[in-house]
Amino acid sequence: MTRAMTNLIRVAACASLLAALAVNAAPSAPANIRVEHAWIRWLPANLPAAGYATIVNDGDNVQRLTDAGSADYGSAMLHHSRLAQGDSTMEMVDHLDIPAHGSVQLAPGGYHLMLMHAKHPVKPGDKVPVTLRFADGSTLQVDFSVRPANASGP
Amino acid sequence: MPFRRSPVRWLFAALAIALLASCAAHPQWQLDDVQGHLPDLEFSMNNDLGQPVTAATYRGKVVLLYFGYTNCPDVCPLTLVHLHTVLMKMGKAADDVRVLFVTVDPARDTVPVLHQYVTAFDPRIVGLTGTRDAIAQLAKRYRAFYKPETPNDKAGDYEVTHSSAIYVFDREGHARLLATPGSSNDEILHDLGILVHQ
Repeated sequence: MTRAMTNLIRVAACASLLAALAVNAAPSAPANIRVEHAWIRWLPANLPAAGYATIVNDGDNVQRLTDAGSADYGSAMLHHSRLAQGDSTMEMVDHLDIPAHGSVQLAPGGYHLMLMHAKHPVKPGDKVPVTLRFADGSTLQVDFSVRPANASGP
Repeated sequence: MPFRRSPVRWLFAALAIALLASCAAHPQWQLDDVQGHLPDLEFSMNNDLGQPVTAATYRGKVVLLYFGYTNCPDVCPLTLVHLHTVLMKMGKAADDVRVLFVTVDPARDTVPVLHQYVTAFDPRIVGLTGTRDAIAQLAKRYRAFYKPETPNDKAGDYEVTHSSAIYVFDREGHARLLATPGSSNDEILHDLGILVHQ
């Protein structure tokens, strides 16, 4: 085998390997999941902001939301606000199950995405892409509309 | 057996009259009436422009006191949006109302941050900060609780658990009512409407 042929085979092998990796790396969208009314309450001074949305599962199986991320923020975490005996507290949430043929609301005073350390100034009127990751490895990118601090909804 | 029911009827009638009489004497508050159970408003702090203020600064205004912090993206904004909505609905009468947002996180809530935060919700919301002692004293005075939690990430970000009550004072600084984040806008609107006209 000539050296040229060996190189060609090597390049071809690498290319197919890369292609295979790319196919594997590209996550699939979660089956039967829709996200509606996605919005972020803007806060000044680069303060952490909360993201809200309604996640609808039209499928026959429960879908477990495990993580979120956004290219515009250093960190995005699933949080839950709780009022207990008059005290308000926030806790991190490991996962959130979206029931089959049901929906879960991320809404003020309950579940929300805590978005911290904006990488560039975010302002009302902007759209922020947020990627939701599910337990089955699927992901869904959703545009969240940035609303003013005193907005009462999306 | 109508003769056996009549004493009960009389009792109901008497109760109804007593209730009506009490309505006339006291407004039908929709929030919790705390008159006489909590002390008058008293503090010495700085507002969100860095100016020293005391309770006397707000005499003549109906005051709503709330403890919170700006790194609180969910519940504090929810409460401030409720209050903003109520103030908008009150129209001109809201000029006689001030919401005092007292930070329980003075280390991060500098005067400029506090100013940007409160004004993003409503011009009638005032941010208050002060020494740790001044904040602790004010919280203790109203049995409000707050506790910084352990940082939950490498960046050192932390949350502060805090009381969520809203204390309502009349124009003379007397504690009158207690609202919670669960109080509806209509309940707050109803009671503030009465208080501003007292």
